[in-house]
Amino acid sequence: MKLFKNILDSVKPHFVEGGKLEKYYPVYDGFATFLFTPGHTSHSGAHVRDAIDLKRTMVMVIFAMVPCLLFGMWNAGNLHYTALGLADSMTFMDNFLWGALKILPMVVVSYGVGLGVEFIFCIIKKHQIQEGFLVSGMLIPLIMPIDIPLWMVAVSVIFAVVIGKEVFGGTGMNILNPALTARAFAFFAYPTYMSGDKVWINTSGAEGQTVVDGFSGATVLGSYATGGEVEYSVMDMFLGFIPGSIGETSTLAVLIGAALLLYTGIGSWRIMLAGVIGASAMGLIFNAVAPYAISVEQQIFMAVPFWQQMIMGGFAFGIVFMATDPVSAAQTTRGKWIYGFLVGFFAIMIRVFNPAYPEGIMLAILFMNVMAPLIDHYVIQANINKRKKRLVTVKAA
Amino acid sequence: MPEVIKIKKGVDIKLQGEAEKIYASADAPTTYAIKPSDFPGIRLKLKAREGDEVQAGDPIFFSKDRPEITIGAPVSGEIAEVVRGEKRRILEVRILADQEMKYRDFKSADPASLSRDEVKAKILEAGVWPFVRQRPYNVIANPNRVPRDIWVSCFDSAPLAPDADFVVHGQEEDFQTGIKALMQLTDGKVHLGVDGKTNPSKAFNIEGTEMHRFDGPHPAGNPGVQIHAVAPINKGEAVWTVGLQEVIILGRLFNTGNYNAQKSIAVAGAQVTKPRYFKVISGANLKSILESNVANEANRVISGNVLTGTQISSEGYLSYYDSQVTVIPKGGEDQFFGWLNPNFNKFSISHALFNWVMPNKRLNLDANLNGEERAFVVTGEYEKVFPFDIYPVQLLKSIMIKDIEAMENLGIYEVVEEDMALCEVVCTSKIPVQETLREGLDLMLNELGV
Repeated sequence: MKLFKNILDSVKPHFVEGGKLEKYYPVYDGFATFLFTPGHTSHSGAHVRDAIDLKRTMVMVIFAMVPCLLFGMWNAGNLHYTALGLADSMTFMDNFLWGALKILPMVVVSYGVGLGVEFIFCIIKKHQIQEGFLVSGMLIPLIMPIDIPLWMVAVSVIFAVVIGKEVFGGTGMNILNPALTARAFAFFAYPTYMSGDKVWINTSGAEGQTVVDGFSGATVLGSYATGGEVEYSVMDMFLGFIPGSIGETSTLAVLIGAALLLYTGIGSWRIMLAGVIGASAMGLIFNAVAPYAISVEQQIFMAVPFWQQMIMGGFAFGIVFMATDPVSAAQTTRGKWIYGFLVGFFAIMIRVFNPAYPEGIMLAILFMNVMAPLIDHYVIQANINKRKKRLVTVKAA
Repeated sequence: MPEVIKIKKGVDIKLQGEAEKIYASADAPTTYAIKPSDFPGIRLKLKAREGDEVQAGDPIFFSKDRPEITIGAPVSGEIAEVVRGEKRRILEVRILADQEMKYRDFKSADPASLSRDEVKAKILEAGVWPFVRQRPYNVIANPNRVPRDIWVSCFDSAPLAPDADFVVHGQEEDFQTGIKALMQLTDGKVHLGVDGKTNPSKAFNIEGTEMHRFDGPHPAGNPGVQIHAVAPINKGEAVWTVGLQEVIILGRLFNTGNYNAQKSIAVAGAQVTKPRYFKVISGANLKSILESNVANEANRVISGNVLTGTQISSEGYLSYYDSQVTVIPKGGEDQFFGWLNPNFNKFSISHALFNWVMPNKRLNLDANLNGEERAFVVTGEYEKVFPFDIYPVQLLKSIMIKDIEAMENLGIYEVVEEDMALCEVVCTSKIPVQETLREGLDLMLNELGV
């Protein structure tokens, strides 16, 4: 601890005004405040302050994602070896290590590139480095398919940070969720790497290893969308032994994360609950109208029990980690209910009606991100009108 | 007895060093001061000069815009020093007190037998009009106006605040006379907001007033919260507020004819060796009280409570409206990986650190900011501690962009700094909430006037 303090103190003169590296001060400041929460004392207003800060908030969200990350690593390895027919001879650690070796580079690229871009912007704009990207940097690998090339991750991250966030003014100012912006960019720019049956399980074996007979590689949603047969049980879906984006498959791991977010009070329970209600509503409507569907595939998909819709695909991950992003979600209490409900509602609607986008939650959240300020506007306008009405009544009396 | 009004939102920050309900004595302070910074939104001009001899109640300052408003000397003595800061702005006027207090005689009178103008004239003459403050803006009231109502909150819910019943004890008569004087100033009612947790003291049972009982965490004791719960302030309306002890001093003026500015203050906080009550005169120098009574460490001395008080030196002066002095550790040490430390001994309304394991533990909090200022990110935080039907973040944003119409629409008339102090405490992004709100209030004041 002393050691770090000494290092920081010894390099500080280079970064302060007049030093050689003066313009890189935000980078120094970023590292220094990462190691030591500065002992600033309040200079105006309240003298005692809550011990929470943005760093802790962001770190809590990262902690909440760890179960998804670890499970994703194991699952990627397991699916890989299962596809090659080698699963029986592999241990838990074999699966996990194979996945870790695949996924950790993506995490490193995501953080490295993203923070690099943030640092550059902070140096140009002479701002302090804000912590927003700490969460986005972890989210991005978790919502990518396992086989995506690293350079695509890098390009998506750059797009997300620059266009999704910095052009609006940085952390706290963005309209869209940056992590989803990255995924949407990859989805539309490189569709062959982001959809279909081939990308969710890595099947590149060593020489002589081939994919087992009857292997499909399709996700549950993909199977439903194309009318294929779903080869996974409900329990598989809940526990996450299914193909999909790296972190999204296990509803159980997501629920562990959700529990932490809800307990610490960092994730909005209103958005999560409203999302589940919205998805249930749409699911039940589909259940009711399934007999009247126009095609057989759609009929089967519509008839899926509504609660199963919530454990397949990225619904759970999206509603817990992405829809609750406080910056891009609705900000008023009432607005959060409406926003969450519609995210859940549209997520199920898009995935069932549009086979081209089997992952409805991504588009539903992005769409509602854009709509959130409108929802807030009307919620606040109602408050303003109430106040104006009160004034009129007082004047009349 | 009236129904108890429940205030649900808010939080009580439980601090160490609550004042024991005993009056302690200390050497009488030798100097007293009036600080213009205690009076926002008013331009003051100095009436007395250095070296002048004054009696208690003689004007020290007067308002440039309304010369009839003066600030009277709390003690008799000699104007010892006018302390000036940048651009010769006056920071303090210090008075060296006489051994034997000399009061200017303003003639005792029963306020019930006086007319509104006579009551007003007496309060103005004795230099105690600044006790009467106006909502919106929380500034000294305009004496030419007749307020909708007058509100007196008869309890203070802030951390370590003085106990109202204890303070009023023995001064019931002065309190009642003070209320009677206030009743002359409005066509509406004088409202008394009392603590709903206990049976209200008989002193607060005054015919002709309306009593309301409030139960809930801080800020339930703030007049702003109470007014909002009963009859919110609309555009164009004014509600006057007077503090509990100010009412007593006002009553004393009518009962004795003298401006006797003595009040009870709680000297509290973790760094105070023996937290007790003291009887002092408004504006007193606190050196003699604090000298041997605080831990010999780096302290932050606050005139007022930890939410809204002013930082002063350990030889500083009690601010005009304060009836509490709080001393907490200064803090200021860097914390290694502070964002990861479980921090058992810090305060938080979130469960992101481990103070929730002991929710009733009294804490020893220092003045650390516990983080750095950031853009608004987390939402729904302010709403947990802000018992108003107002959107606090949106109101602050409208102030930051100086949009007067939006500020008005979003309810700026109903809040003052103390009402939003807890928002500032819980803010993850460490936004200077009270400072921002004051800027907004000053802006409205400049545009629209009192």
